[in-house]
Amino acid sequence: MSTDSVGTGPRPTIVLVGHGMVGQRFLEALAERGLTATHRVVVLCEEPRPAYDRVQLTSYFSGRTPEDLSMTDPRFLADHGIELHVGDPADTVDRDARTVTARSGRVFAYDTLVLATGSYPFVPPVPGKDADGCFVYRTIEDLLAIEEYAKNARVGAVVGGGLLGLEAAGALQGLGVETHIVEFAPRLMPVQVDDGGGAALLRTIEDMGLTVHTGTGTQEIVTGDDGRVTGMKLSDGSTVTTDLVVFSAGVRPRDQLARDCGLRVGERGGVAVDAQCRTVTDPHVFAIGECALATDGRVYGLVAPGYEQAQTAAATIAADEASFTGADLSTKLKLLGVDVASFGDAHGTAEDCLDVVYSDSRAGLYKKLVIGRDGTLLGGILVGDAEAYGTLRALTGSVPPVSPESLVLPAGAGAPAQLGPSALPDDAIICSCHNVSKGTIRGAVTDHSCTTVPEVKKCTKAGTGCGSCVKVLGQLVTAELEANGVEVDKGLCGCFAQTREELYEIVLALRISTYQELLDRYGREGARGGDGCEICKPAVASVIASLAPTIGASGYVLEGEQATLQDSNDHFLANLQRNGSYSVVPRIPGGEITPEKLIVIGEIARDFGLYTKITGGQRIDMFGARVEQLPLIWARLVDAGFESGHAYGKALRTVKSCVGQTWCRYGVQDSVRMAIDLELRYRGLRSPHKLKSAVSGCQRECAEAQSKDFGVIATANGWNLYVGGNGGATPRHADLLAQDLSDAELVRLIDRFLMFYIRTADRLERTSTWLERIPGGLDHVREVVVEDSLGICGELEELMAAHVAHYRDEWAETINDPEKLARFVSFVNAPDTPDPVVGFVPERDQIKPDLPLLAIGLRPAEEVLEGSAQR
Amino acid sequence: MTLAPETTDLKVQLRLDTGADDWFTVCDLPRLLPGRGVAALLPDGRQIALFRDRGGRLYAIDNRDPFSGAAVLSRGLTGTHEGSAFVASPLLKQRFDLASGRCLDDEDVHVATYEVRTA
Ligand code: SRM
Ligand SMILES: Cc1cc2nc3c(=O)[nH]c(=O)nc-3n(C[C@H](O)[C@H](O)[C@H](O)COP(=O)(O)OP(=O)(O)OC[C@H]3O[C@@H](n4cnc5c(N)ncnc54)[C@H](O)[C@@H]3O)c2cc1C
Ligand code: SF4
Ligand code: FES
Repeated sequence: MSTDSVGTGPRPTIVLVGHGMVGQRFLEALAERGLTATHRVVVLCEEPRPAYDRVQLTSYFSGRTPEDLSMTDPRFLADHGIELHVGDPADTVDRDARTVTARSGRVFAYDTLVLATGSYPFVPPVPGKDADGCFVYRTIEDLLAIEEYAKNARVGAVVGGGLLGLEAAGALQGLGVETHIVEFAPRLMPVQVDDGGGAALLRTIEDMGLTVHTGTGTQEIVTGDDGRVTGMKLSDGSTVTTDLVVFSAGVRPRDQLARDCGLRVGERGGVAVDAQCRTVTDPHVFAIGECALATDGRVYGLVAPGYEQAQTAAATIAADEASFTGADLSTKLKLLGVDVASFGDAHGTAEDCLDVVYSDSRAGLYKKLVIGRDGTLLGGILVGDAEAYGTLRALTGSVPPVSPESLVLPAGAGAPAQLGPSALPDDAIICSCHNVSKGTIRGAVTDHSCTTVPEVKKCTKAGTGCGSCVKVLGQLVTAELEANGVEVDKGLCGCFAQTREELYEIVLALRISTYQELLDRYGREGARGGDGCEICKPAVASVIASLAPTIGASGYVLEGEQATLQDSNDHFLANLQRNGSYSVVPRIPGGEITPEKLIVIGEIARDFGLYTKITGGQRIDMFGARVEQLPLIWARLVDAGFESGHAYGKALRTVKSCVGQTWCRYGVQDSVRMAIDLELRYRGLRSPHKLKSAVSGCQRECAEAQSKDFGVIATANGWNLYVGGNGGATPRHADLLAQDLSDAELVRLIDRFLMFYIRTADRLERTSTWLERIPGGLDHVREVVVEDSLGICGELEELMAAHVAHYRDEWAETINDPEKLARFVSFVNAPDTPDPVVGFVPERDQIKPDLPLLAIGLRPAEEVLEGSAQR
Repeated sequence: MTLAPETTDLKVQLRLDTGADDWFTVCDLPRLLPGRGVAALLPDGRQIALFRDRGGRLYAIDNRDPFSGAAVLSRGLTGTHEGSAFVASPLLKQRFDLASGRCLDDEDVHVATYEVRTA
């Protein structure tokens, strides 16, 4: 036996046993504190590979390789002189001699020993547990073995319906085996959720096609003559035929090494440590991560507390102050696609506490809040929709500003107060691009006297990245100004003191058909007689277009003054791309298209050299058209029977469809026909923001109707109508507005809904945000459009009827109007010359914009001109 | 909308930097819709964005959007900000004062301006 430098030399030695997630974090903490320079660091790693991300283990089955999961950069180890011994676990520790002996026989002397040996999966002592086909779920090697075995398996069973068990079950299902879950407790995830939450989970998981056996234990693993698993006997007397079994019945701390060398361990395992993570037995030995028993008597099975312990131990070794006395067990997970979150005192263990519960097991929703006697939010459980987790967790320990029930009710179901950004704590991050907190934004208003969103943007950088936080930013700035007693201007822009809704009412009531008249009569004093601005011109243009037939304006958006108001894209009836070229999107109603039309699109794209792509909206986009090519392209499209797809407009975009009853074995109605009917009915309808829709042929929802502004799902008796759905950056599941409608009832209700939205929404407000904002929410909308509580349904229907009757394709009109066509040129004085900076380069057999050409800028002569060649 | 009666034979002209009285004729005035722009190509290859406001005033600035490099400013929406005319880039919406070329949203950026008249 060779002894590796006993009585450590000039540099004291730290030996780390276990290179898991917490071990690796500990090494990083050592490096951050400069301890790798002053110490020799030796790591004994049992697994055949260095530390990897165990939390993401299951993502191996969705394509992540073991290399992707690795947490260890070889350069990190080399740079810090860390000696890592892979595949060589520690066998024994001699605390008197202060040495560790590895399996290879090597002996390492230490000044400080750190145990980070993690846990092992607990396998209940049932007969047959070691048979061929029994697995645990902890390491990459376990996964590789399961994957290999599952190739020849038809059925698999997971023992344990906790967090990891569900994860393992999801993985098995993903491997294509029929999956069973056996859980001893009466519900799934017994640690995290209560009975109600368990019921919601059960429902959702069964809907996914898994078979769940709760309240029953595994009694025996049955094997065949070849020693391979063939089934399981359960304690309720039943049997399950299965080819493979994964045990996921909890974990136990790996404390054998510590026990063997006389370190104190807890009754139920775990190396007992003090608040500095030093073992209570020996000041030279530390224990961190899942093998440690903290001072609060707990062994933490989550990675965040382990990381805190790693930091604490490293700080202590560096003689800095740090301590770990316990951690928050709040978790938010996505298991088998179900959101599950629990936070604070989730099970309501505090004295006299009360529950507020909302549950809809049909929809797989369960939300519970635990409230103290004085109204303090103590904790909670969310299953199926954990959207509010961030806010609720931040509010734990305080009395929420609104009633608890309104925090758990789904949006619209009588929830009076959706908790807006004003309820967030000051340290909540509002802009994730620039990491700006709510407190910083409030400070910009109070301390730096910013009074507008642009000023706050400049001051804090919030909202200057992707822009997705600007809406919340606006709400916060308004709330802060109001709180400071500043009167907040709710006007549309610098030109109008009215909101969009007020302007709509003025235009409709007084039949005002031009922007100039509206500005000169109703604009702010200083704005009258002027040119308006880029905010109100398109907003008013949209109002005029929505009401055109009713107020006697032209329904053609390029007619007269209307042409000058349109947003730049609407003005050219195409979408501007980054190099100044345009994209062309013909309407393909319902996504249904004939081979002949497909060929026409292909020929046009080929002839004009356009980049083609199938869009997310079930149609085809052609990119790279120069402005002077647009009329030529459209002449051919119109000739082949295509119409504008309004991809450029705040208007109806697509009504997606699934194939439905005609072909699909599950379909209960003709969803394609309905999608086409709806798309043709509402095409060209200008609205405050774009409108999207979809129709699914059955509850399986292949058309994703519940993510649309108005979505339709077929039922055996007709159609269900959902409203207010949204994809994009802030997805929102649509709310059910009405059920089992006939074709005529469906169309009538959508007519009313859309016209009511167009009437009352703000500029650039999708139906989802509108539904959340308007007083009364979904209930109010239902009263107005279903029950006609305001008596306006007749008018709403008439407005839509007028739109439908007057619809004309704007591209067909444009190509037949020489005066309008003259606008489609790159240069007014050189109509045949293309814009020289619109260039393309090849990529994957198509084109893409030549961006360097833009960076070079204009012709050399340009550069002598002041200011123009700055970038 | 009622527009003032137009004299259709008026031409829009730009002053070139080649000489004090070197005016380049771009197009007929009616080609400029009040509130919208057009692009023009100069003999040396430069691109200019021309605008006409509601009061009939004409403006000319460089057509190149300095933020993206694309020659698109002529296609932006125009408006009045504190009494002065501006255009908002159609790409990322930064506003430029039409008389001075100054960017209203980033004081470090400006575009060239040109003299323009009708004749
Ligand atoms: C082409 C397409 C991507 C693709 O290659 O598939 C696309 C491209 C654009 N999307 Fe989109 N979106 C496309 C489907 C979607 C979808 C999916 C869908 O419709 O099913 C979504 C999420 C669904 C939704 O809207 O709820 C989507 C959410 C957005 C958003 C975020 C909207 C929101 O409310 O959060 C924007 C930004 C906006 O509108 O303010 C956006 C904006 C844009 C713009 C218009 C950005 C712009 O101003 O230049 C892109 C220009 C398209 C062009 O030049 O032709 N696009 N976009 C898809 C066109 C579908 C079509 O046939 O019309
Ligand atoms: C599938 C799965 C999903 C999970 N999901 C989450 C989650 O969503 N959120 C969360 O917070 N936590 C999750 N966890 C738990 C999380 O992975 C652990 O809390 C974390 O890995 C603990 O880190 P550790 O370093 O203490 O232990 P480990 O990561 O287990 O590392 C211990 C290492 O020590 C080695 N070792 C043991 N004995 C010796 C020895 N004698 N000599 C040398 N080496 C030895 C082991 O082989 C192992 O590599 C999940 C775990 C699994 C398995
Ligand atoms: S939604 Fe239903 S009917 Fe439509 S394709 Fe999917 S399974 Fe078939
Ligand atoms: S999140 Fe604020 S700009 Fe992207």
